[in-house]
Amino acid sequence: MSDLLAARSQMAVSLAFHIIFAVVGIGMPVLMVVAERRWRKTGDTIYLDLAKRWSKGTTILFAVGAVSGTVLSFELGLLWPQFMEFAGPIIGMPFSLEGFAFFTEAIFLGIYLYGWDRISPRSHLWAGVAVAVSGTASGIFVVAANAWMNSPAGFDLVGGRPVNVNPVAAMLNSAAFQQTLHMTLAAFAATGFAVAGIHAFLLLFDPENAFHRRALSVALIVGAPAAVLQPISGDISARQVARQQPVKLAAMEAHFKTASGAPLTIGGWPDSKAGETHYAIKIPYGLSLLAFHDPKAEVKGLNEFPREDWPNIPIVHAAFQIMVALGTYLALVSLWAGWVAFKGRDVVANRRLLQAIALGAPMGFIAIEAGWTVTEVGRQPWIIHGVLRTADAVTPMPGLIVPFLLFTLLYCFLGVIVAWLLYRQIIRSPGSTEWTRVYVPTVTRRA
Amino acid sequence: MHELGLPDILAAVLALSLNAYVLFGGADFGGGVWDLLAFGPRRERQRAVIADALGPIWEANHVWLILAIVLTFTCFAPVYARLGTILHIPLTLMLVGIVLRGSAFTFRTYDTRGDAAQRRWGRTFASASVITPVLLGVSIGAVASGRVRPVSPGGFVAQFVQPWLTPFALSVGLLALALFAFLAAVFLTLETRDPELCEDFRRRALGAGVAVFFASALVLLLSNNAAPLVRTGLMASSWALPLHLATGVSAVVGLAALWFRRFRLARVAAGLQVSLIFWGWALAQYPLLVPPDLTIANTASPNSTLRLVLIGLAIGGAVLLPSLWYLFQVFKTVPADSGARGP
Ligand code: HDD
Ligand code: HEM
Ligand code: HEM
Repeated sequence: MSDLLAARSQMAVSLAFHIIFAVVGIGMPVLMVVAERRWRKTGDTIYLDLAKRWSKGTTILFAVGAVSGTVLSFELGLLWPQFMEFAGPIIGMPFSLEGFAFFTEAIFLGIYLYGWDRISPRSHLWAGVAVAVSGTASGIFVVAANAWMNSPAGFDLVGGRPVNVNPVAAMLNSAAFQQTLHMTLAAFAATGFAVAGIHAFLLLFDPENAFHRRALSVALIVGAPAAVLQPISGDISARQVARQQPVKLAAMEAHFKTASGAPLTIGGWPDSKAGETHYAIKIPYGLSLLAFHDPKAEVKGLNEFPREDWPNIPIVHAAFQIMVALGTYLALVSLWAGWVAFKGRDVVANRRLLQAIALGAPMGFIAIEAGWTVTEVGRQPWIIHGVLRTADAVTPMPGLIVPFLLFTLLYCFLGVIVAWLLYRQIIRSPGSTEWTRVYVPTVTRRA
Repeated sequence: MHELGLPDILAAVLALSLNAYVLFGGADFGGGVWDLLAFGPRRERQRAVIADALGPIWEANHVWLILAIVLTFTCFAPVYARLGTILHIPLTLMLVGIVLRGSAFTFRTYDTRGDAAQRRWGRTFASASVITPVLLGVSIGAVASGRVRPVSPGGFVAQFVQPWLTPFALSVGLLALALFAFLAAVFLTLETRDPELCEDFRRRALGAGVAVFFASALVLLLSNNAAPLVRTGLMASSWALPLHLATGVSAVVGLAALWFRRFRLARVAAGLQVSLIFWGWALAQYPLLVPPDLTIANTASPNSTLRLVLIGLAIGGAVLLPSLWYLFQVFKTVPADSGARGP
């Protein structure tokens, strides 16, 4: 494994690991706040239990999010010093703002998680709101920085160095809105469906359980609207990619030859050598329609670009297909659930729907990993699109396979532990009194 | 002396946030040290006090480090690149320590079964709390010694190991450990109402205070050959004498206050002492950020960036400082029953 590949892999592993906890850090506070607010409004203590149990699991995930995020902020320098030397003055700004968002989040999180008995219920709810707002803000800032890597702005390149630096223009680059919108929705959709899926699964065996019923409704209220909006937001993203990064779009679609009225390629295996995609379903005019909202529009194919500027086509194409497939599934299930609820029927009574929700539990997170694979692998060989190549940004330090393996092992270990702890503490816990109190169906059970 | 400009102001903010990390984050690491060294009949209760003191605030305290990092790469990007390249190994190891400490602490808190697994988390948390400050100190020591130079053709060891694997850097690592342990013990005397536990931490604070003295002496001794720049700064500049006097006075006041059980005074004095040691290093280097070649002026980002960061800091500070105050207000007023675990 070359040092460059090791560095890229280490970055990929660290980000793929961090994003799971970051997403939970954005989504869970919203769920907890909704539950706590319902408790305050209805006096139904099951909602309070819900908020408390969720906050317990979230504490573990938050801590891992914080430490893995710290690793990332060092890794940018440990692995990509040349990149940061170039980019720091330009996009450091959103990172600094993110630093403040983290700070606010960590402060109010401490208050929220440990302050149940120390502050008034009202202040407690507001602490939760502060966590949710600052968590979302930190996600937005860091994704804006990433969008800049895809769509650099806010500087002029003179002799390979940036001059006339304008950090505000850099932060408000032309991909920032699309990416931050898509990512924020993704966080709500993924967390909402993960939680809804788990409780839907448990409801399959215990349909009368009041605790799970309430959990399901809170999670769907947060997750379902986001999941419905996600394909729309994805379309906005795709059109921006078509304008700004035509190579990436061509890779996503495995679109080898420039064509007007280009078809949409679904599935199939792209053969980069032969320059064609085997076994795919082609929908006539589909790609031109999606990318430019015009069936006749010309879509540039990979043949327009030199080979050394191609990313890895099969990976980008497959990852994009996975994201879109999962996104479509989640949106459809959300619409179904919305329809059932709109008709005033009991969602839980519909076993097929429950099964569909349960099946969706991991899908948001898989879609997120796939989407980031599209964005990041699709940007290769550039670390800053069109400006700096990844190979020119990597550290001169040799032997990078060692830290790569070290962090991979560390993260595998942490991942297993976290999963086991959540299982042991939150999902199973059969003997604990807390669980029994919740588990016994109460008078508030719905008929 | 040149005129103070935007870059100097941001360098000062950077130093302040590192200073805050040393005080607050450092005390959290020190807490882990005392967890590791807990002994005697009240061992488990000592650990409980430490855990209760850390629980709600360690993540917030930790963000000072992140703020310092972010400020470094935004305002002084070449410094960040240089440190990341030459100090790759100690910084990577430090990260492993940070990851293990944070996660093990949380796992231990939430895996409350009192079984072997929980003990293992405790040990991981405690040992990571010892190793991480040493590595932080080693990295600072390497910078102070002027060995973090530009990449040059040369062997792996010469480029990536020798800059930080020196007796001087290691002695700074030891000093960092001693300082953090000292701070933690002093702060912990105020975290409990139980007089016995308070007495335990008082004795530890006195011991650590002595360790700080010896570690500082060692650093000063080794700096003679290893870090001439810092040495000269600390000995010869116009501010050297007042600084040493102030540090000495706060050290003596701190120890005396501990002796006479004036714990609030001891807390102030200890915080002051540690900050003064930190600023002694920072001022001795000024205006160099990474000796021998990277200065504030030649690494600063364009003013357009610096100005925005400063505005951002002002707005952020306006949100942050009241929030921080609130956090400490909620948790650092000792409840009557402290000494036993919460729920
Ligand atoms: C719950 C997660 C999720 C779901 C359901 C979807 N996406 Fe997505 N997508 C992401 C999560 C995500 C992401 C992980 O959040 C990405 C990576 C970078 C980003 O900004 O968002 C992303 C990136 C991303 C990009 C690349 C943006 C870029 O490189 O600048 C496009 C074109 C789409 N998405 C399009 C879609 C479409 C057409 C979807 C239709 C169903 C869709 N996404 C569903
Ligand atoms: C290079 C990329 C990234 C860096 C350097 C980074 C850095 C960090 C750091 C330092 C923290 C810890 C803050 C604390 O101590 O509380 C953190 C947490 C967090 N990050 Fe990231 N991050 C990156 C990518 C992302 C992305 C892509 C998202 C979201 C879309 C995100 C969202 C968050 C959130 C919401 C938290 C706080 C919640 C938690 O602790 O779980 N980060 N990140
Ligand atoms: C958290 C969600 C993210 C995920 C899952 C992710 C994923 C990846 C992957 C898979 C790679 C390797 C690409 C390759 O080399 O083929 C990569 C590289 C990289 N990413 Fe991201 N990324 C995320 C967010 C971010 C953000 C927010 C930033 C910075 C602001 C960022 C900065 C980088 C850098 C600097 C590299 C290395 C250079 C490169 O390979 O282009 N990433 N990321």
